[in-house]
Amino acid sequence: MGLVNIKIDGQAYQVESGLTILEAAKKCGFNIPSLCAFNNGQCSRASCRVCLVEVKGARGLVASCVYPIAEGMEISISSPKAVAARRASVELILSNHHKNCLECEKNGHCELLEVSKLVGARDGMYSGEQTPATIDTLAPGLIRDTSKCILCGRCIERCKEAQGISILGFENRGFNTIVAPVGNRSFATSPCLQCGQCVNVCPTGALMEHSEIDKVDAALRAGKKVIVQTAPAVRAAIAEEFGEKIGTPGTGKMVAALHRLGFYRVFDTNFGADLTIMEEANELLERIKNKGVLPQITSCSPGWINYLEYYYPEVIPHVSTCKSPHMMMGAIIKTYFAKTHDIDPKDIFNVSIMPCVAKKYERSRSQMPDDVDAVLTTRELAKLIKRSGINWQRLPEEEFDQDLLGEYTGAGVIFGVTGGVMEAALRTAYFWLTGKEHDKIDFEQVRGLEGVKEAALDINGTVVKVAVASGMRNAKKLLDEVKAGKSPYAFIEIMCCPGGCINGGGQPFVKPLFLPNEDDNILETYKAKRASVLYSEDVRQTVRQSHNNKDIQKLYKEFLGKPGSELAEELLHTSYVADREKYPSGK
Amino acid sequence: MIKIKTSEELIKAHEDFGSCLDKKFHCEPGKKAIVVCGGTGCLSSSSDQLLARLQKLIKEKGLEDKVTANIVGCFGFCSQGPFVKVFPEETLYTKVKVEDADEIIEKDIIGGEVVERLLFIDPQTKQRVARQHEINFYKLQKRDIALKGNAEINPEDINEAIGQGAFLALNRALHMDPQQVIDEVLKSGLRGRGGAGFPTGRKWQFAHDVQSDEKYVVCNGDEGDPGAFMDRSIIEGNPINVIEGMMIEGYAIGAKNGYFYIRAEYPIAVNRLRNAIKQCEEIGLLGDNILGTNFSFRCHIRLGAGAFVCGEETALLNSIEGKRGMPRPRPPFPAIKGLWDKPSVINNVETLANVPYILLNGADKYAAIGTEKSKGTKVFALGGKVNNVGLVEVPMGITLRQLIFDIGGGIPNGKKFKAIQTGGPSGGCLTEKDLDTPIDYDNLIAAGSMMGSGGAIVMDEDNCMVDVAKFYMTFICDESCGKCSPCRIGTKRCLELLTKITDGKGTMKDLDELKELAEVIKSNSLCGLGQTAPNPILSTMAAFYDEYVAHIVDKKCPAHVCKSLMQYKILEDKCVGCGMCARNCPASAISKTDKVPVGKPETLPLRVHFIDAEKCVKCGLCQANCRFGAIIKD
Amino acid sequence: MARLQDAAVKQITEIVNRYKNEGTPLMMILSDIQKEYGYIPLEVQELVSDLTGIPVSEIYGVVTFYSFFSLTPKGKYVVGVCLGTACYVKGSQLVLDKFEELLHIKPGETSEDGLFTLDALRCVGACAIAPAVSINGKVYPMVQVGQVENIIKEYRAKEAN
Repeated sequence: MGLVNIKIDGQAYQVESGLTILEAAKKCGFNIPSLCAFNNGQCSRASCRVCLVEVKGARGLVASCVYPIAEGMEISISSPKAVAARRASVELILSNHHKNCLECEKNGHCELLEVSKLVGARDGMYSGEQTPATIDTLAPGLIRDTSKCILCGRCIERCKEAQGISILGFENRGFNTIVAPVGNRSFATSPCLQCGQCVNVCPTGALMEHSEIDKVDAALRAGKKVIVQTAPAVRAAIAEEFGEKIGTPGTGKMVAALHRLGFYRVFDTNFGADLTIMEEANELLERIKNKGVLPQITSCSPGWINYLEYYYPEVIPHVSTCKSPHMMMGAIIKTYFAKTHDIDPKDIFNVSIMPCVAKKYERSRSQMPDDVDAVLTTRELAKLIKRSGINWQRLPEEEFDQDLLGEYTGAGVIFGVTGGVMEAALRTAYFWLTGKEHDKIDFEQVRGLEGVKEAALDINGTVVKVAVASGMRNAKKLLDEVKAGKSPYAFIEIMCCPGGCINGGGQPFVKPLFLPNEDDNILETYKAKRASVLYSEDVRQTVRQSHNNKDIQKLYKEFLGKPGSELAEELLHTSYVADREKYPSGK
Repeated sequence: MIKIKTSEELIKAHEDFGSCLDKKFHCEPGKKAIVVCGGTGCLSSSSDQLLARLQKLIKEKGLEDKVTANIVGCFGFCSQGPFVKVFPEETLYTKVKVEDADEIIEKDIIGGEVVERLLFIDPQTKQRVARQHEINFYKLQKRDIALKGNAEINPEDINEAIGQGAFLALNRALHMDPQQVIDEVLKSGLRGRGGAGFPTGRKWQFAHDVQSDEKYVVCNGDEGDPGAFMDRSIIEGNPINVIEGMMIEGYAIGAKNGYFYIRAEYPIAVNRLRNAIKQCEEIGLLGDNILGTNFSFRCHIRLGAGAFVCGEETALLNSIEGKRGMPRPRPPFPAIKGLWDKPSVINNVETLANVPYILLNGADKYAAIGTEKSKGTKVFALGGKVNNVGLVEVPMGITLRQLIFDIGGGIPNGKKFKAIQTGGPSGGCLTEKDLDTPIDYDNLIAAGSMMGSGGAIVMDEDNCMVDVAKFYMTFICDESCGKCSPCRIGTKRCLELLTKITDGKGTMKDLDELKELAEVIKSNSLCGLGQTAPNPILSTMAAFYDEYVAHIVDKKCPAHVCKSLMQYKILEDKCVGCGMCARNCPASAISKTDKVPVGKPETLPLRVHFIDAEKCVKCGLCQANCRFGAIIKD
Repeated sequence: MARLQDAAVKQITEIVNRYKNEGTPLMMILSDIQKEYGYIPLEVQELVSDLTGIPVSEIYGVVTFYSFFSLTPKGKYVVGVCLGTACYVKGSQLVLDKFEELLHIKPGETSEDGLFTLDALRCVGACAIAPAVSINGKVYPMVQVGQVENIIKEYRAKEAN
């Protein structure tokens, strides 16, 4: 790549060739506002017309998000014509936008509002009829409100690129265009995974998680014993909500905040993760021993379970029957914990803090008893903390409550990143098969953020092949092999969101517009930064294998018996639906 | 069917079929040939049944040796159709009905006399005119380039096309270097006939210069401009000519496949094109090693499905690819990255129809026609308030006055000319002061409109220009693809302001806002559709600002079109009290008064009528039914 | 969701296969289905999606983008009133208004008896015979408001017989 000479507003710069004007301008120190462009200004649509600039010699104004720079190009960002044009584009968008900003869940993260400020848009400059709106609140995980949608198309791209299923698409034409699942249906009656990846890229309040804060409020008010658990990936990102740089661990402060919010107990879902490993590794060994259906596939990710049921029902026999960690945890709290403390389970209200919106859906599945009563995303937890006047910066570091379900291992922590469940399971399975711990605890082969990873492990002379995939578009290849009976693996880990839960649909938004202190390439690095929080916490743990968790051992000894026992089956395992209709009748 | 595998075979076939064709038109002694117009307009007036009747009569009367009857393409003079033309005399019969067939056979074919009553009557001289070239409508036209063969050859028979010289231009091109072909087109000065007028040769050159394993040529037949039907007639009348143009282009840029994108609204054109492609394949003129050279080429048809925006070339490419017809940002330009990301050239139907003429007759001969910067001819669909409605092909450089008054025969009913809209929704209105402007690309742009694809709608004093602007805005609003916000939302806001004004609720501030908004849409939109969408507003505002002001300040629509600003009134002194108006009023808004009509005896029950403005729905039925001119718009 | 009849599945599969060598052009496939059935319901789109691998959302997006494609069945007679410029300046809006009034439907809608669907057309290229109305392909030239009632009667009478 050579260098080219360009001029921006009269000043000369040298930048690498092949960039768009928007990218080049950023490198030269100019932020051109844009709404449809994502990934630092790579855009295939050029549809919002907010990033217009003048280029000498070009016909009319050009969209800087797609226009490539060229040698000798003279660009004007600040010319009166360009400034007025950008403002007018935003003002027109605002005229077809439901502007109830104060009550909008996206307030504070709304790119439209921010860009409006940046271009100096005047309120009510244009006004008139608005596109007929649909508000879909039927799905437990997601809410879609077309009155906020600016048709940037990012969600459509993300659904296609991450999950390969294209649930969302443009419908109708012209002023009546909307973004919706087929036929403007609800997410609930579409084969949507409710993973929330679309929410993560939506610039406005058009796509949001289905908030359950009110339910938690009500339970606290009703004097219930509200027990909270937090998933591993939450600690890797929660600090971002309070202005910390991406990759800052937030475990101690998060626990401190939860204590201040009045929860009865603050537990770590990692305990549930360790329990999952016990059950899942046991299930794997049983399948191997009894020549059962292999490969076995993990079941912790509810987005993936949705994908399984809608798109690969033939693969159901391969999938572990284990509930996900927080559901196991919920079941244990309402039985073992309740019994030990002599609490009526009806008085317990379980809240799970998850990096995920599909978990909201998961807890409502008819195959799941009411063990978890509300799921809040990382973002919702941050709202709760802010609302309560808690100053994050001043919070001390506190520990999770050590009460029956307190101890957790490094194996549980890494559940939050792709490859983590596999690594944790291998640690335990290896021990059970060989009677000794693997001398190298870190299974590097299954780490990293590639879409599909493979590894082979020598267990007493037998080579066991395993694979890991995140993002359903990546998983598809492995699943086609399984479906065709040609999978060479014994065990496969599948996570719905690309990179695993650290990049879940309930995690803090990563939007360069609001992150002036992050590097330019933050969209390429944030997953690794969050993952590193989990891997370093794993290393800091003295116990790093699930089977060595003392509280887990005690739980089996005093309550469950052994992994796979009848009681364990009843409380910790579930079943799947093989005939889910993709587009059931009605809306 | 014969096979044509070499140049020699082509030339021989041309001579053989040519002499047949010659015989058809210049008939051997005692023989005649009948052709019947098969354009959409005439077909809708049952010209197919007319042809069938003629053929049946010929058979019944045992005239097969004496006369033939065939279908041909569009005569262009659609308001006078259906047409029957009899060779060798070239007698042109107009407005022929099925039942007229018998008389034509009896009198003309058997009896050898002209059927006077079916001849065209010149509106000025009131004289009957027997031959086509004597009719004013045709006098100034030059219908042998883009409309070549239209109304002469059978569009469903490749042999007639070959007889008329089809593929000779291709044959010549194949003996040239591709670069020489491009040079010839460059030299001819041919510019795109689809709207913007970009030099065709330069487009070809871009695509020629790109290295790629696959390139495509695409023919834009998505003629969505309301009021334009040039492309439809060209394809209906001589599909082979367009195919040949596409093949020459394919050879020039190095493409092996060509796509025709045609509106689904044009079933006849699609069928004729499909049939022509099939015949070309059968005869060996499409496929591998055409005319014994290394050039191989195939044609494919893709149908549009009712989206004006697909006339925009990148939207068209998306549509061919099976996507929503939403334009792509440029760059990259289609010549570099087009259909399926391969270098592609998109040319309009009429543009391609010009190409064979250029290659066959040479660039110099072509360039001799037209003005300095606009060469050749242009086909216009002349419509609206003009006497001679139809399709005309004229040399570039004739004036609007010639087009409207000489060819078009002026404005009907003695009304006054007000404006002519060229360029469709992307163009603008030209007025009295522009009438003597020679028509070419640059002059029309300078006058505030554009050539566009060739729609030319004439308006008279009864047309309200604010309403016309609103009409185009409604159209654009419906047809905006919705991708970019200025066009999607901006055109809606414009329409709302225009509606407010035509409803009599507008303010002068609205007018300023409308103008500003129009400028925003023009500068901010993604594609040509959006960038030109406000032109009807801007051009009518420039030429008819007073009319806008009248709607806003006086609350009057000077042309009495905008319903909220006009009412029907009965002139008391003209009303004879017959009650026709009241009987036809759907809203029961008309009733009798006590007044006796002027000059009528009181004893008769006739009374002057009046219209209750509250009840009136302004449908105009009363006026249409009043035979005494007693009902006016106010 | 209603299941498709076997015959329909067979026919749609045949339509898709028709274009196997042409790179499965979605527009052509949908045009043929629209022509065959008069509309393209969701279950048909799902089938086309299964056969072509194109996501249903994209197919649905295409169907709702182009005005020629319809999601619901059309009436037995499709009345198209041309609103092209040439027709408009000669009063075709009034003709359309009259059809709306007499059929009690808006453009794009189908009458309750399933007999008529009313469409506002964009230039059918019959500008010379403006205002033009087309009913199931038959073009009525120079239609005036007063003729509308008779045109409708003509079709109603045809049905009555």
